[in-house]
Amino acid sequence: MSSHSSPPADISDIVALEGVTKRFPGIIANDSINLSIRPGEVHVLLGENGAGKSTLIGMLSGLQQPDEGRILVDGKPTPITSPRHALALGIGTVFQHMMLVPTLTVAENLLLGGSWWQRPRTEELEARVAEITSSLGITVKLHAKVSELSLGEQQQVEIVRAMVRNSRLLILDESTSMLTPKGIEELGALMRRLVGQGLAIVFITHKLKEAAAFGDRISVLKLGRKVGEIPPERFRALDEQEIISEIVELMFGKQKDDPEAAERPIRTVRTEAAPLLQVADLAVAATDNAPGLSSISFDIRPGEILGIAGIDGNGQKQLAEALAGQRTATGGSVRLEGAPIEGLSVGERRQRGLRYLTDDRLGEGTVGTFPVSINFFLKQVGAAPFWRGGVEQRAEIDRRAAELVREYDVRTPSLKTPVARLSGGNIQKVLLARELAEGAKVVIFNKPTYGLDLANTMASRQRIRDTAARGLAVLLISTDLEELLSMCDRIAVIANGALVGTVANADDARTRVGRLMIGLAA
Amino acid sequence: MSIDTAPSATALDATSSAATRRDILHRLLMTLGPILAALVIAGCILLAVGVDPLAYYGYVLEKGLFSPLGIQQTLTRMAPLLFLAAGLIVAFRAGMWNLGGDGQFLLGAVTAAASAPVLVEIMPAWLALICSFLIAMVVAMVWSLVPALLRAYQGVNEIITTLMMTFLGTSFANVLVKLVFRDPGTTVPQTRTLPVEDRLPRLFDTTITSGLLLGLATIIIVHLVMTRTAFGLKLRIVGANPRAAVHAGLGVPGLTIAVFAISAGLAGLAGAVDIIGVQGNVRADWNPAYGLAVIPAVFLARMNGFAAIGFVFLLSMLSIGGESAARRLGVPNHFTLVLVSIVLIVLALAEYVDHRYNQSRKA
Repeated sequence: MSSHSSPPADISDIVALEGVTKRFPGIIANDSINLSIRPGEVHVLLGENGAGKSTLIGMLSGLQQPDEGRILVDGKPTPITSPRHALALGIGTVFQHMMLVPTLTVAENLLLGGSWWQRPRTEELEARVAEITSSLGITVKLHAKVSELSLGEQQQVEIVRAMVRNSRLLILDESTSMLTPKGIEELGALMRRLVGQGLAIVFITHKLKEAAAFGDRISVLKLGRKVGEIPPERFRALDEQEIISEIVELMFGKQKDDPEAAERPIRTVRTEAAPLLQVADLAVAATDNAPGLSSISFDIRPGEILGIAGIDGNGQKQLAEALAGQRTATGGSVRLEGAPIEGLSVGERRQRGLRYLTDDRLGEGTVGTFPVSINFFLKQVGAAPFWRGGVEQRAEIDRRAAELVREYDVRTPSLKTPVARLSGGNIQKVLLARELAEGAKVVIFNKPTYGLDLANTMASRQRIRDTAARGLAVLLISTDLEELLSMCDRIAVIANGALVGTVANADDARTRVGRLMIGLAA
Repeated sequence: MSIDTAPSATALDATSSAATRRDILHRLLMTLGPILAALVIAGCILLAVGVDPLAYYGYVLEKGLFSPLGIQQTLTRMAPLLFLAAGLIVAFRAGMWNLGGDGQFLLGAVTAAASAPVLVEIMPAWLALICSFLIAMVVAMVWSLVPALLRAYQGVNEIITTLMMTFLGTSFANVLVKLVFRDPGTTVPQTRTLPVEDRLPRLFDTTITSGLLLGLATIIIVHLVMTRTAFGLKLRIVGANPRAAVHAGLGVPGLTIAVFAISAGLAGLAGAVDIIGVQGNVRADWNPAYGLAVIPAVFLARMNGFAAIGFVFLLSMLSIGGESAARRLGVPNHFTLVLVSIVLIVLALAEYVDHRYNQSRKA
């Protein structure tokens, strides 16, 4: 641990970020972020998935290095070179997913990371843990196996572990996402006691109520940029409702200089036309790591764009997969042009004209090591004219692939280039070409602009608008409210796997959708 | 071809053929370099145990390659190895680790050895041999069903299940030889012997089995199926990205079972071709462990069928030559395995260094 002697009364920053920028291929994950982290404060980082929170934490905990800007520790510019270095500087991180060994006892977990040539100092640890836990008013069962503890208890162990290692700054990454309401309350109280002892806490969440309840200072991230901060003085002056509405304004409000902001579409949907896609009471069972769906119902007419808004992880992916046939539904009906398709396979649904453009472009959308040309036809393997009698017709594939490359402006060195070498925007164009090519009737777009730069974002959105203009039905799932407002005819809000309301995209849609998203009535 | 809109795109056309040539050269260097290095390292080991490495390598070359008898033995040994390699290519390209080749091989061998002598008495020899091949293939396929079903529907790791099944398979094959198919006319436990004139014909005036041609045809067909057909592409999608396979609507469980069936079936055929072509019978406790020996060759060939033929030839030569060199120089018989494993380790290291070098050049 480095020497530090700033008295608690002095509110100088423990850690400060100055103009920190981090780029990944095709994405600016963090765009000149300034942040000050002070002892005795819970600094809440709020933002959607993809807003850049995880990257920021990665840089603070030494997993990643900033491309530009610098990190100051105790006022001195300090590159944090590794997680070990971060720990030595007093920065402890409790990650979203538990990092304890379930088969070991709590004490053994706490002793991990000691020198291998020394016997574990169990007595020393017990004394230290007793000191920490008694001052915080919690109990930790040192000799229980981690697998026997509840998630809330495991989290306390992780916090105690950070304290044992003399952390001055504790980063809690989405720590409440797996806790029960009671566990969340306990964690909140624990955070207050920790900052009471002069610790600094960075608390990452996307739940506004927690931010308002537990924070001292709130920074809001959006698409890699810091779009606003509520300092402690202002925070204390507002009540919970005022804080929440201010955050909603920061998160979902229109920025003056936002180049993405576009005027609401003026498109006429023929309301008398029969719906292309009808979904009634669709239900999907919950799994270990994903929420289920319950009674999802909506219709989409030809030429209409229906938006699905919501905080990420509320069942959007499950909805898309259930419609595409990748996930088995436990109930309800899906009709395409009036014909039921809920019993059909993925391939048969595609055959009928249902297309699903996944948000996981490299994970499931493409085979990264395969050439661009093959990736265009991944969902048509074996179909004429690209395969005849099961034999690949390379000339035919290359000819059609070259056409698609031109038509969709895919920037690739050659058709043989492995698709993973392309930028995110160009991979997305490959997927767009694959899904929108002949025969599409209903297209599901899942976060179509997620992680794309501005030019590709605009291009993708234009494709989607054109798709609807051709008379197709479009389901647009997005966590970017701006995007939905600029494109949709109607916006439905999903929360905990259910549609909580549908709003026509009229003038007051922004506030009404925003209120639905945070669990208030529209 | 190039369709980039960037200005540098036109230049790419001209340089692309040079680039492919450089790529092939690089591949060749990355394969042959480590093999040479491994020969040097193995030579040092031989020196350390007091054997002249040049004499050892000389014997290996002479006995495995340059003597008429040696080269015939080498080519004959290739036949079952090629079938096994073909089976592994299918499995590995589809991302499934069928390490149960030995059990499948032996069960195929035993059933072929049991059925062929009986069948030749009741039907034309050519039909009898085809029937024996089919029986061996089906038995091996059935043996792979347990790992296949577990992997397809329960996601159970097939490395463990196929290895477990291979132990069971080799023991079961032994039991069959000793208890069920034992030839009552001999004192040593073995199956009935297929008369030499009923075995697969030899090529021309040599001792080389015509099973070699079957093996070559099989591995080339497998290579073409994997690279040129829709079925092969489906398997490769499952292997390269299983989630993309689900997303694209492929029936992954069905394909998984098909992969295991083909892979095991080819291993069973390997057993049959060794028995019907060369051995004529199966003795109890016979287990040449070809299945595991072929795995490195397939890896070195990067699952390319044509390259695999070359590496199988090398492996075959090393094992035939190594056996006699070992006898002459008092080196343990398993030194061939030591050599092959050194090649693998050096190759992995070279791959790692190459990868790091590429990474640092990009950065």
